[in-house]
Amino acid sequence: MSTQPAADVDAGEVDRLEEIARRIRVELVRAVNHARAGHLGGPLSAADLLAALYFHVLRIRPEDPDWPDRDRFILSKGHSSIGLYAAMALRGYFPVEELMTFDAAHSRLQGHPDMTRLPGLDMSTGSLGMGISAGMGMALGARLTGRDSRTYVLLGDGECQEGEVWEAAMAAARHGLDNLVAIVDHNKLQQYGWPGDGPDGRIPPQVPGELVAKWTAFRWRVVEVDGHDMAAILRVLAEAGRGDGRPVAVIAHTVKGKGVSFMEGHYFWHTRAIKPEEFAIAMADLGEPLPTGQGAPA
Amino acid sequence: MTLTMGRPMREIFGETVAELADDDPRIVMLDGDVGSSTRADIFEKAHPDRYLQMGIAEQNMMGVAAGLATMGLIPFISTFVSFAVVRPLDQIRVLIAQTGLNVKITPGYAGLFTGQTGMSHIIVDDMSIMRAMPGMVTVSPADDVEARQVLRWAAAYDGPCYVRLVRDATARFFGDDYRFEFGEAVTVREGRDVTLISTGTQLPRVVEAADLLAADGVDAHVVHVPTIKPLDVAAIVAAAQRTGRVITVEEHSVIGGLGGAVAEALAEHHPTVVNRIGFQDLYPESGPNDALLEIYGLSAPRVADQVRRLLGRS
Repeated sequence: MSTQPAADVDAGEVDRLEEIARRIRVELVRAVNHARAGHLGGPLSAADLLAALYFHVLRIRPEDPDWPDRDRFILSKGHSSIGLYAAMALRGYFPVEELMTFDAAHSRLQGHPDMTRLPGLDMSTGSLGMGISAGMGMALGARLTGRDSRTYVLLGDGECQEGEVWEAAMAAARHGLDNLVAIVDHNKLQQYGWPGDGPDGRIPPQVPGELVAKWTAFRWRVVEVDGHDMAAILRVLAEAGRGDGRPVAVIAHTVKGKGVSFMEGHYFWHTRAIKPEEFAIAMADLGEPLPTGQGAPA
Repeated sequence: MTLTMGRPMREIFGETVAELADDDPRIVMLDGDVGSSTRADIFEKAHPDRYLQMGIAEQNMMGVAAGLATMGLIPFISTFVSFAVVRPLDQIRVLIAQTGLNVKITPGYAGLFTGQTGMSHIIVDDMSIMRAMPGMVTVSPADDVEARQVLRWAAAYDGPCYVRLVRDATARFFGDDYRFEFGEAVTVREGRDVTLISTGTQLPRVVEAADLLAADGVDAHVVHVPTIKPLDVAAIVAAAQRTGRVITVEEHSVIGGLGGAVAEALAEHHPTVVNRIGFQDLYPESGPNDALLEIYGLSAPRVADQVRRLLGRS
C-alpha cells in the first residue's frame, strides 16, 4: 500500500500502522454487517488517516479520555462513525467486542457520534459542516487557556459543500489558528452525487484542484497527500503542526470503499447492507478470510 | 402607576458581562459583527483579549462557542435574536443543547423594539423554538434591573441557556431590592377577577393595563414569568385557582411561547379557560416602537381593551 518510506519515517512504524488500518477496516465492515446498517464507503476511505491519527499523531490517553492537555479530534463527517469507533476500540478506549453494539438500542456507539454517551469523543457530530467550527473553538480555547494541544478535524469532501465549512475557514484564518488541522477525506464521491458522465452516472463533489484552490483562497496552508500512503500521511501530519500562523488543510486523496474490491469507487456503497457472499469477499479482500463454509453472521 | 425609563438592556449586557469577566477568566464574548449594536463593545474595551470577533457567520459562531465550552471557557453570544436562534438553529441543537455545553445565548433585539428593521429582524417565535429544544432553558427579563440579575445567573448556571434581551430603553419595573430566581414566577399585583400572565418587557404595559381595568371595576391579578422554561407550574396553577380565568400577554407569538406554555400546563394540571394575547401567526412590519405596540395590540390601553372584550365587559 505504501510507497517507499522516506528517511524521516520509520519503516517499522509504517508497517505497524498499515496493519492497524487493516484491522480498522475489518472491524468496521464486521460491525456494519452485524448491525445491518451504517456507512461503509466513507469509513473505509478514512481508515488509514484514522490509524495514523489515533496510533501515531494524537497526544491522547485512552485511560484518561478527558485529560485536559490532550490533542482534540473531531470527526466532522460524523456518518463515518464506525471507522472512528473501530480506531478507538483498537486504541483501548473500550473493548473491541463492543463494536458489535454499533447502532443497537442503548449502545454508546450511536449511528452518529454522541459525546454525551461515549467517553473519548470530543464532540457530537453528524450534521455536516459543524465539526470544523467546534474544532476552531477548541483551537481558540487552547490558545486562550495556554495549552499546546492541537485540534484535528476530519471532513468529507462532500461535506465541503456546506457553507458553514467556509465560515469556519474564514474565521480560523482570521484568528491565525495554526494549532488547527483540517483533514479532508477527498474520496471524490458523496452520498448520491451530481448527475454527470462519471462512474455510475455521477460526478465528484469537486472538480480537480478545487479543494486546494478554495482552502488556499481562504488563507490556509494547504498540503496534498495520498490518503492511503501511510508514510506520506505521517510526514504531512508531522509537519502540519509546524506553526506558521496559519491553520493547515490536508487534502487527502482517497478512494471511497478502499480495501474492499467491489466497494471501491462506487457511490452506492456510501451506505448499504452487505449480503453474506459479499461479506465473505470483503473479508478476503481485507486479508481476513472467513473459515470455509462460514457465511455472514445474522 | 408611573414608571421611569430604565437603561437599555443592551448596555446592561455589555456592562454586566464585562463585570463578570473581571472576576471570572473563563468568560469570553463571541460577536457576530454587531458589537456596536449589542454593546459587546463595552466588554471589548474592558477585556480586549477575550472579545472574539467571529464575523458575519453565525453558524460557525455557535460551533466555536461549543468548542470553547469544551475547553472550560464560558462563551456569551453577541448577535440579534433572529441570527441567534433561527439561522444557527441546527448548530445550537446538535453542538450546544444536546451536548449540554456551557454556552450563553444572550442576543439583543428581542421583540418589536429593533430599530425599525422589519420582518427579517423582528422574530416573534424565538421563545417557542428555544423552549421546544430539549436541554435548553429560556429566560425573558422584564427590565434592566432583572436583566442584570439574569445575566449574573446565566454566568453561574452550568449549561446552555437562552436569554432574550431588548435593544431600546424600556420602563423600569423592579426596585433595587428585587431578586430574580431562576424558574420562579413573580406575583406583581394581587387581584381576584382574572389572572394576567406576562413575560419580558411586556410586563410594565400589562400592569398599566391592570390599572386601567381597575378603573372599570376589574380586579386583575398579574404574574410575571421571566423563566419560560422550566415553567413555574405551581405558581401558574395557584393563580388560575385564585381567579378561575387566565389571559397571557406577550410581545411574541401566541403559538408556543408563554401563552403556549401556560395553556399546556393548565390543560394538564388545572383545566382553565386561557386566552392568549400576542402576535397571531404573522410577520410584524417595521415602524416606530409606539406605533407597533398599537398595531399589534400590545400597548397598555389595547391590552386593557382586549381583556375587557374577553371578559365580556366591553
